Amino acid sequence: MSAGTSKFGNAFLPVTSILLVLLLLWYVFAYVMNAPFQRELDKRAGENPSFSELVIKTWSQPKPTMPAPHQVAQRLWKTVFGVKPWSKRSLVYHSGVTLSSTLLGFLMGTGLGLIIAIGIVYIPVLEKSFLPWIIASQTIPILAIAPMIIVVLASINITGILPKALISTYLSFFPVAVGMVKGLRSPEAMHLDLMRTYSASNAQIFWKLRIPASVPFFFTSIKVAIAASLVGAIVGELPTGAVAGIGSRLLAGSYYSQTIDIWAALIAGSVLAMLLIAAVSMLQSFTARMMGAQP
Amino acid sequence: MSAVAARPQRIDAGRIFIRIFLPAVFICAAMIWVLNAIATDRIENSSVALLVAVIAWLTACWFNIELSRLSILNLKLSRLRDLVVAAIFGIFILFLWEVFVAVFQIPFILLPPPSAIFERIMASLPILAADFYQTVIKAAFIGWCIGSFSGFMVAVLADRYGFLARGLLPIGNMISALPIIGIAPIMVIWFGFDWHSKAAVVIVMTFFPALVNTLAGLNASGQMERDLMRTYASSHWQTLLKLRLPAAMPFIFNALKINSTLALIGAIVAEFFGTPIVGMGFRISTEVGRMNLDMVWAEIAVAALAGSLFYGGLALLERSVTFWHPSYR
Repeated sequence: MSAGTSKFGNAFLPVTSILLVLLLLWYVFAYVMNAPFQRELDKRAGENPSFSELVIKTWSQPKPTMPAPHQVAQRLWKTVFGVKPWSKRSLVYHSGVTLSSTLLGFLMGTGLGLIIAIGIVYIPVLEKSFLPWIIASQTIPILAIAPMIIVVLASINITGILPKALISTYLSFFPVAVGMVKGLRSPEAMHLDLMRTYSASNAQIFWKLRIPASVPFFFTSIKVAIAASLVGAIVGELPTGAVAGIGSRLLAGSYYSQTIDIWAALIAGSVLAMLLIAAVSMLQSFTARMMGAQP
Repeated sequence: MSAVAARPQRIDAGRIFIRIFLPAVFICAAMIWVLNAIATDRIENSSVALLVAVIAWLTACWFNIELSRLSILNLKLSRLRDLVVAAIFGIFILFLWEVFVAVFQIPFILLPPPSAIFERIMASLPILAADFYQTVIKAAFIGWCIGSFSGFMVAVLADRYGFLARGLLPIGNMISALPIIGIAPIMVIWFGFDWHSKAAVVIVMTFFPALVNTLAGLNASGQMERDLMRTYASSHWQTLLKLRLPAAMPFIFNALKINSTLALIGAIVAEFFGTPIVGMGFRISTEVGRMNLDMVWAEIAVAALAGSLFYGGLALLERSVTFWHPSYR
């Protein structure tokens, strides 16, 4: 993701044109997928619409197989700005629910990842014994355990935000741990030797050399971690029986075949992911400026 | 330490006997005794069993530290040592799990002991095999193949036309960060309850990592090598086949590894939105509802084993394909 200002200008035209083509394809696809059902409806009603009428109808069905972009946009507008943000029909409310468990899980996961990374860097035996298992733990489909964590914690009266946040924690600690092990080890031997000639203590080497050197690694890994936290929070909402959150909107939409609702929830989740990553990027450039980086 | 061990494999047998052999025998004996004790009468001896278990664990920690301090020059022996250190750690997690569940009498629905999970696996092999076939072989593997391959092909095509590559790279990077798993309900509506809809979710999830990594990998070969190919008057496709694709292999394998994890997650989570009555995701969500936690753990163990084996297989394949890479020399 090396989108500097000069590269952005270079990529702007290709990106917008590809997005436009995708939008066009979406409309074509919506027609193709909805047309059979619409023809069936028209046949039953005894109508014989022209091609252009048929196209318009396929783009305005109430429960289409594939909703057209403007239908999704209208539904998004209605559920974001058309209702009060604290009502249960508002996507802002549901996004807020998902966001809170995402952030809690992300903070816990980042903390856990940092602790593990520091442990691995300073205690050699942990690298040989612990690190292989951390890596193996990520080949397990962690999300598959999500329903069990929710139900088991509910049986000992832990409900609400914490179980979902725990799933996010599990997903987000790994990138931070691995990235920070790399980052804390990134200072060159020469720099470490220099610190030693200053007779710096271990703590001083840690705070004044290792931590500053690991900052770029930290931000790269928390970008991955926050995206993973959001996925964890959304999947964590599935087994709670569609109470609140973006995951529950997806599930409710699939129960009642409300395809437009599913797409709207999906877009809301995507916007949330982009906002979170943008926030991390802003924090990154802010930190870089505070540390005296040249823009 | 290192100054003493000039030829460490040949250091005197007495020291190895004291430092390696004796602790190993003690640890094994203690584990067998504790497991036997908690299997026969768990209440009366519980505090003693706990004490012995903790002592065995501490000895194992010390043993691991000693073992990882041993400087071994032989590469194969050193790899074996790393494997043993990791294995001891893993075995002790299972052992302490078993002991704690028994001693503190943790309710079965909260955390079943590993032995019960193992028994359940042995008792319900046919069900597990059917679920494995439905979810891993049909949905995850087929989806992984199609998704990774099409991502790779699109990347090769986009690379031919720079305009496409410049547009696809930022879009692919962005989409890789989105919660794509959310398309599962849509795919279930489109392709029905059977494995096709799960494979479709997996295809979409694996497509973008393959695309982005292949594009990045195709740019990994140096300008100098490319200039050399040009002096040979090689065509675009010749340069691609003989220089840039081999150079891209580490990136492509990275994508394949990421995708192997994503594929299992996608296939299992997509089953939460509707399935026929077979499949790992279906089994997990229904058995959780019936509080049969040992069956859930059995499915998780199968998924973990399948995921790790597949990942390991990919790593082996990578090693033989990218033997030239600095990390393997």
